[in-house]
Amino acid sequence: MCTVCGCHDGTPSTKRAEENDAESHERSIQGDRDCHSALPPGDRRPPPSNHADDSYNRCPRSANYQADNAQALPSGLDPPDLRGCGRSRKRLVEIERDILDKNNGLAANNRALFAADDLLVFNLLSSPGAGKTTLLVRAVSELKCSRWVGVIEGDQQTSNDARRIQAAGVPAVQINTGKNCHLDAAMIGEAYRRLPLLSGGILFIENVGNLICPAAFDLGEACKIVVFSITEGEDKPLKYPDVFAASSLMVINKIDLASALEFDLGKAIEYARRVNPKIDVIVVSARTGEGFAALYAWIDRQAGRLRRAFQDAGR
Amino acid sequence: MHEMAICLSIIQIVEEKVHERSSSRVRSICLEMGALSHAAPEAIRFCFAAAATRTVAEGAALNIVELPGVAWCMSCSKSVEIARRGECCPCCGSYHLQVTAGEQIRVKELEID
Ligand SMILES: [Zn+2]
Repeated sequence: MCTVCGCHDGTPSTKRAEENDAESHERSIQGDRDCHSALPPGDRRPPPSNHADDSYNRCPRSANYQADNAQALPSGLDPPDLRGCGRSRKRLVEIERDILDKNNGLAANNRALFAADDLLVFNLLSSPGAGKTTLLVRAVSELKCSRWVGVIEGDQQTSNDARRIQAAGVPAVQINTGKNCHLDAAMIGEAYRRLPLLSGGILFIENVGNLICPAAFDLGEACKIVVFSITEGEDKPLKYPDVFAASSLMVINKIDLASALEFDLGKAIEYARRVNPKIDVIVVSARTGEGFAALYAWIDRQAGRLRRAFQDAGR
Repeated sequence: MHEMAICLSIIQIVEEKVHERSSSRVRSICLEMGALSHAAPEAIRFCFAAAATRTVAEGAALNIVELPGVAWCMSCSKSVEIARRGECCPCCGSYHLQVTAGEQIRVKELEID
């Protein structure tokens, strides 16, 4: 297939022997002309305009490419004469690689590591001030009685949050992302090595307070949990849809303030399900502990689900 | 600003390819971005020039092909185009949509010397 216009009449001769690897495909610009000069012998007109239009709609070129190509097409020279004249040494390299491939590969490594250690991992996302750390301090204090629990804390700066978690009696590692607005899989792999073994337990990753960027980066977690507080308004899921679309659970925090704020819970849930029809919802107050029993029951269900998935994979 | 992280990934992919092909200059980079991807084309364009400075991609043209978001409507059983998440089905108004395409950011091809 011609990479410029996507047409299917690019002749095999435009391919070179070493181009057989599936991932990349390379040919010279002259090869392009081969493809587009499939005209009747002696016909020196440019190729049909619908083709030319297609090519530029599909992948607009830099100005100098267009100039080059425009000059070449009506020239009427047969491809063999052009080939070898050395006028153009530009090459097109087809790549088709997702930007996040590298991160996703590292996330898959993390996931395999977590599976080997029989560890349930949650990636917590929220905007700053939603009460994620307070929620985590309460959750780890209560969960540590029945299983191993660890925390990886991500913040641009300071290790205040990790210290709060450690004060609750569980191991915590702080990642300072500096100017980065999100955690990535490489950071998690490195931080995980600094934690004690948590076999059969739970690892919480508290992502940087940001409802945009962390949604894009898989860390190897079992699922993402988005936390938002009722002080942020019902329409948060519509304003930051990516994070809600990527999460399995939405935790609505600070419900103890509901009477003072006239928060419309039904509307918040409806908005979240517009973005993600399958998202689970749990309403809590990290301050009073309301709703935490439901949160623990949800975590237990995820542990069961993950264990069944491991067993199925092992069969 | 994860756009900067994305631009650095683009350059990393480009550098690998350019190195493989023993080339030293990239004229243009063709990037495919879905409407439902995690970044905005304007933000990528804004970051790219800065990220490319003193790399093989310095001065390269960045061509971004924007692809539509596509979802499957569970109510009317149709594949529909959507511009952003949280929008309703343009055919029946339902919000029961499952995104099926338009989430990618992909380096599609390079033009190298
Ligand atoms: Zn519909």
